[in-house]
Order: sequence, then structure tokens, then C-alpha cells
Amino acid sequence: MPEVPDGNPPSPTAAQAPATPPVAPKPAPVAWECDLVQQLRSAYGSGIREAATFLNQNYLMVDRAICHNVLLDLYEQWGFTSLTDLTAVHYPKDELPFEIVWILFSMAKNERVRVKARFADGEAVPTVTDRWVGANWMEREVYDMFGVRFPGHPDLRRILMPDEWTGHPLRKDYDPHKQDDEWVRKNLGIESGQ
Amino acid sequence: MSEKQFYDSPLEEVEPGHTFLDSNELVLNMGPQHPSTHGVLRVILKLDGEKVNGIECVIGYLHRGIEKVAEHRTWAQFAPFVDRLDYTAAVSNSLGYCLAVEKLLSVEVPKRAQYLRVILTELCRLASHQVWLGTHVLDIGAVTPLFYTFRDREDILNVFEKYCGARLTTHAFRIGGCRYDAYAGFYEEVLHICDDLGPKIDEYRDLITGNRIWMQRTKNVGCISAEDCIAYGITGPVLRGSGVDWDLRKKQPYSSYEDFDFEVPLGTAGDTFDRYVVRVEEMRQSIRIIRQATEGLMEGPIIAKVPKVIRPPVGEIYSSIEAPKGELGFFLVSDGGPMPYRLRVRPPSFINLQALEKMATGSLVADVVAIIGTLDIVLGEVDR
Repeated sequence: MPEVPDGNPPSPTAAQAPATPPVAPKPAPVAWECDLVQQLRSAYGSGIREAATFLNQNYLMVDRAICHNVLLDLYEQWGFTSLTDLTAVHYPKDELPFEIVWILFSMAKNERVRVKARFADGEAVPTVTDRWVGANWMEREVYDMFGVRFPGHPDLRRILMPDEWTGHPLRKDYDPHKQDDEWVRKNLGIESGQ
Repeated sequence: MSEKQFYDSPLEEVEPGHTFLDSNELVLNMGPQHPSTHGVLRVILKLDGEKVNGIECVIGYLHRGIEKVAEHRTWAQFAPFVDRLDYTAAVSNSLGYCLAVEKLLSVEVPKRAQYLRVILTELCRLASHQVWLGTHVLDIGAVTPLFYTFRDREDILNVFEKYCGARLTTHAFRIGGCRYDAYAGFYEEVLHICDDLGPKIDEYRDLITGNRIWMQRTKNVGCISAEDCIAYGITGPVLRGSGVDWDLRKKQPYSSYEDFDFEVPLGTAGDTFDRYVVRVEEMRQSIRIIRQATEGLMEGPIIAKVPKVIRPPVGEIYSSIEAPKGELGFFLVSDGGPMPYRLRVRPPSFINLQALEKMATGSLVADVVAIIGTLDIVLGEVDR
């Protein structure tokens, strides 16, 4: 037992306590550097807000004004020919509350990239149905669930909710128990669906 | 001339060739309660005689707001809900969701759990393809194969029942691994299914493949090219039926799929017959995978250490698997709290169904039934 200056032996619990298990560092986005990002930056400058990798997945945060051009560039020059998914996330407290997410995929390179852009409430989002026909229903769903409009879309109607429904259920301010009472009374003939 | 005008005008004024029937298209409503739509899909057909001039899908009858539900459940509480998406392949959904959350948590799943997951998921693919085969062939007019496939699916559902107590909505996996270990007699039963099913698939083939009626109803019906498939975002057996070598189990292996030796069957013509061949061949490959995984199953823990209350780090993840219907993806957004901030399901059926319009326009009305069957949709997943 080592000598200690004040003569007291070190407390056994402190000496025998197992070392605290190493805490895994919290994953954080790291900057994504590659030719693609460099060329996009040289073409759009500060329009490319962020290019990062999180848990080995690459994403680009771009300015809403250039998002359509960036998507077309990724299609034409970088081989991201598939649109895997298109969706939205609602951040009601932010100045630009709607984040639209395009998940692109290149079969040749076996690589995915997420392109994201922020939009204000009621602001028009450029449609990508001109490039990917498959975006048709995805954009309809985003419109149905979030009330985001896509001008230029060939047939922007509700897809999952009834056509006459009011409100957009996946907005954060839409309570999970909320419903369109008038629609329920009129179409189902009951006071409440709850 | 509209229908009203036709009936309102005196008979002598209606010239031959100007009735509402041959000057206008007939609009026929099929579904939502129709046996060949495999659930509650409503299809509006514009017909000129037998020919389909236009088609429109109306969906949403089974919309339950699963994505909204997710925002009000903890990460673990939401796991049973995903079984209700594609209810013929609940185990696959469970695997897709658990893998996505594990990726966000950076959790390493024990090897034994990964193998167990592969065995159960491939059994589930077999069961899902058996439901597809039976009902698809029934739609086209052959009744017998339905009884054969459902008889053989029973063995697989019995394994699920013994493993986790449920046959359809199994909730087989937990975040971090599996909840249950293999029960006594599991290996024997699974290997018995592998031995048994090969000859049974030959039996299906003898009944269906060479049949002249089957060939005429499926060859060159519902053709779609590889380019169109990619433009529509189609995945799974429909994409492979058009000759695109794309299987996530091979290209982006998850849950130890890289350990197993199997082939990816491909079609050439992209018609209903090729998709049938691809899916039946996939069943044979699934048997190969199950056999390898069962024989290679090692001892060890079945679940990783995961905290009771899961709070993933702030961030987003997209993770996808090759479900029986195609690419099933989960896009998760975490704000660091105990519940998902946003959970998006990328449902293969929803995206594949969109191509129905392309595939069925210009065909005969009877072929629409064949094309809906060949797309292999499940409305629980389309509508969520």
C-alpha cells in the first residue's frame, strides 16, 4: 500500500472501483469533402450551406433558391438517377419551418446523398416530377400531410386523407386527437371518430 | 353525347355511332371492395370496350397515420406498429425498423442475433411470396395453387408462433437484437421446412409454369422497361424482373448477409411472367440462405446492451432493407428525446403501385387484375 502524506490509507472503494466504462463519443456530423462538393461549391458558392457526413451518410443543406438546380446537377453530372424518397420535416419554431428532404441514389456508384432545403410556411417548393415521374405521389403525400405546395406538379391533390379534409396531420401543431369534426359528421354520420 | 342527353333525346335523333357508349369512354369503378385488389384499393378505369384508356388509383382507405403515431411513442413502443405496415411480412418490417434505430444508436448487434434475424426474415420472405403466388394465380383463374401455397405457409407460421407467440404481427425483434432465443427443436423444424419446400416449389412449377393459359395471361402483359422502373423508383422483384441486377442484400449487405452464398435471379422482358419466375426463384434462394444460416448459427448472446429508455443522439438516418416487396426504408429524425421527432417510412408498395398507370394503360381490363397481382402490393403499407 503506498504511503500517503496524511497517514491515512486510501479508501478501498476508491482503489478497487472499476474504471468507468468508456463512454462512446456522441456521433457528430463531420465536413464532407469530395470532388462533388467542391464543384457544387464553385458553381453555387454560399448556396451550398452545409455538406456533411453523419454516421457515414452524406447530406447537403442547400439554399431553397438553388435546390432544383442542385438536384438536376446531381442527376445529370453525378449519376444520381434514382429518387429513393421525398419527404418533409416540420420545425414550427424556426423561421423557415419546413425542411424538404430528397434522398437520391446512384446505382452505378452504390451511393446515397440526402439533399435538404428549408422553406417558409406557404412557400412554393419546386417540383421534381419533371425529372422523376415517381416523385408524383411522394409530392402529393407531402402536400397532403404538411400542406406544402409544389407548383408545376401535374396533379396536386390529397392522396391519403379524404379530398375534403381540412388540416394537414403531420404538422407538429396538429394534435394527434384532432380531426375534421364537420367532415366526420357529414360523411360518417357520427359525432366523433374518437 | 352524355348519358343524360342520350336518354333525354328521342330515339330517332340518336344517330348510329353517336351513342354515349361508343362516342365516350366508359368509366368503371373497381374496388375498394374487390377481391383482386388485395385489400382496399380503388381503381378507376376508363374503358373503350375491353381496352383500358386510362387508369387512376385512389388510395388511403387504410390510412392509420402510423407516422404521426410514431411521434407520440417511445422508440421501443413504436416497434410493434411497424408489423402493421406490410402484414404479410411483419418480420421484415421489424428488421428494417430495428436496424435503422440501431444505426442511429451505433449499436453492434451480436452475431447470433444477426443470424437468427436472417433465418426468420427469409422464412418471412417465403411466407410473403407464398401469399403472393397463391392470390396472384387465383386472380388469373387457377384456384388450386392457393391451397397448396397456404398449406405450405402454415409450417412457416407455426415456426413463428413457437418462436414468439404470434403468427402474423410477430414483433419478433427488439432494438439491439432478438427478444427470444431459438426454442428447442427450432433447427430441426427450420431444416425440415428447407428440405420440404424445394420439392413443393417444383410442384407449384409443374402446376403453373408450363400451363398454356397461364403463359397467355402473363407473357407480354404489364411490360415495364428498366429505365421506366428507375424513373418510377421501383425496387424489389419488379425491378429485377426488368433485368436490373439490384438487391440490397448483395449491394449493401446488412445483418451478415455478406456471409451467405446466394444468387439474385433476374428477368429479361419485364413482363408479368418474368416477375413470376424471379419471385419463385427467389424462394429457392431464400431456402439456400436459411440452410446456411441455420447450419452456421453460433452460440452467444442474442441482444446487445441497450439502455431501457432509448435516447438516440440528435441527427437523422436513412436505413433500408430488401423486404419481399422491395426497398423498405426508414428515415428517422431524432431530437435527442425519448420519442422520434419524425419517422418516415419509405414503403415499397406505395412507390411500386404508382407504376400501375404506366403498366396497365393500353392493356385489356382483365390484364389489370394480373398487373395488380404482379406488383405484389399490400395496402397496409401503401396507406400506412
